[in-house]
Amino acid sequence: MSDSDPTELEAPEPGTVYGLLVPGLPQPLLCPGAGAGYQRLHDAFAAARRQLLAHEPDLLLVYSTMWPSIIGHQIQADPQPEWVHVDELFHDLGSIPYRFRIDEGFAHQLRDALDARGLTARTVAYHGFPIDTGSVVALKLLNPDNSVPAVIISSNVYSDRAETVVVGKACRDAILAGGRRAAVVVVGTLSNRLFTDWIDPADDRIHSLKDDEWNRKILEFLGQGRLEDTAQLSREIHRQIRVPKVVNFKSMWFWSAVMGQHNQFDGEVFAYEALHGTGGAVVGLAPCGSGVGDKEFDEDDVEQFHGDRDVLA
Amino acid sequence: MGQIVFGALAPHPPHLVYAANPPQNEPTAECGWETLRWGYERLADRLSTIEYDTIVVLSPHWQTYVGTHFLGVERFHSLSVDPIFPNLFRYRYDLTVDVPLAEQLCAAASEAGLVTKMMRNPDFRVDYGTIVSCHLTNPTWDKPIVSISSQRSAAFYSVEVMQEQMLALGRATARAIEASDRRVVLLASESLSHRHFVSEADIPEDMSREHITNHHQYLWDMKLIEMLRTGRTREVVDLMPEFTEQAVSESDSGALTWLISALSFPRYTAELYGYGTVIGTGNAVMGWVPREAR
Ligand SMILES: [Fe+2]
Repeated sequence: MSDSDPTELEAPEPGTVYGLLVPGLPQPLLCPGAGAGYQRLHDAFAAARRQLLAHEPDLLLVYSTMWPSIIGHQIQADPQPEWVHVDELFHDLGSIPYRFRIDEGFAHQLRDALDARGLTARTVAYHGFPIDTGSVVALKLLNPDNSVPAVIISSNVYSDRAETVVVGKACRDAILAGGRRAAVVVVGTLSNRLFTDWIDPADDRIHSLKDDEWNRKILEFLGQGRLEDTAQLSREIHRQIRVPKVVNFKSMWFWSAVMGQHNQFDGEVFAYEALHGTGGAVVGLAPCGSGVGDKEFDEDDVEQFHGDRDVLA
Repeated sequence: MGQIVFGALAPHPPHLVYAANPPQNEPTAECGWETLRWGYERLADRLSTIEYDTIVVLSPHWQTYVGTHFLGVERFHSLSVDPIFPNLFRYRYDLTVDVPLAEQLCAAASEAGLVTKMMRNPDFRVDYGTIVSCHLTNPTWDKPIVSISSQRSAAFYSVEVMQEQMLALGRATARAIEASDRRVVLLASESLSHRHFVSEADIPEDMSREHITNHHQYLWDMKLIEMLRTGRTREVVDLMPEFTEQAVSESDSGALTWLISALSFPRYTAELYGYGTVIGTGNAVMGWVPREAR
């Protein structure tokens, strides 16, 4: 007979308990009824939210590719940011009032963790700070009641793989050191080519067949839980289907680094739809004991960031 | 008959507002970036000799990948916090928009075959590029503005495609102003070379830390300034693809190309009011007074 107290519940394991990729364009939030695809994305956010909550996170860590930074990485640390947000492009879809619950303490721990790995980072806590559309959409749809506190981290326009991977590792450091159960939410599209003219939402489709085929390949990988394999494809994805607004397609580098750089996940593609031509997917990754395939590492695994090496990108 | 009475290259580093300590901005500075701020003072002095009704500004920080957008609400007042430098720029603005002129510009751009949109959402936050350039040009804000977005076709296609569209937008701008009854100041809100430092001094206005990111960027800045000063604006447009790529220039926004086109490729001298760097980027404050406005 065991002498442990059966009433004493086992403390939940800290770490990255769930991962989500979501698109940041505002249509699923503001006009889900305008197109069947927007509605399916809207519903996918709701399904993803249920899965996310089932993993009992005590923190949402949001990495938004739609929040660019230049001075290293910025971390939202205003405990209760409140504003009425309007998207600079889709302003006619309406205004988005929000009030979020930010884990200020963790934001500071995160900054220290980035600092410890040689990165430049700072927290921002200013009334009226322009939280990006992607973060607003993700938090409104995934965490409408603010039941889980969040932090948001920016994406540096100049950072490439080494810096981004180290940012992911630093986030993991902070999660583990803080004993937190974090759900990692990456905000970004797959292919990012918008139609450059107005469209009828009912006619929305992926901009090109090539974009669509690449998006489906990425989703095939993620659906099999092959996150690190997808991350290893980032440079090729950038070349093939990304309008080069920043130096590289880096969300998968971040996501894999923070989730532990492996392929051992149960992947679930909740939806894949066009958002004004871009590839919008809601994908969940639950860590599991086994995974498909093996790592196909062909890039450095960097631990400490030592600054730019002044190579031509 | 309306007229363009002045055009300016009017970059928008928020640092310049920060260092000037206007009452609208919450953070305060000891000093900083004086050569550029004095340049803007010279521009404002020059402008005080010219009568005008409206400022029309094209800003890289209103990024609209679908079409060119125009502010279309009469008054905006709110708080602008710079997303990159929130420590330096938290500015309370209260501005009026020349909506009739904005609508005329929008219609002319549509007629020229461009994709357009009027921005009618009253909750919209005016971008900080527009606010900084307008504040430094006209700190009293006693004139209405029109803000035009940057359509980003340099990223989506190429600098060449962007320039085709911006040349068309410039011609449409000139046509619409001529058809109006407005005397208009045009501002191209952009830096020249645009490679930033990725760290910041503890005292942001510590000028011992301020310099161009690298020599290569400086050479490009000087080349552009010299061409603009000597009226070689067609050459500037021809060179824009190389300049934009090699100097990582903010000219990818199309603002300078639009301005040159609206001014009908001026061959007269651009007045240089100041040049300086801000967190490593190159910035020139320059102005054109069209002959017919002199
Ligand atoms: Fe800028």
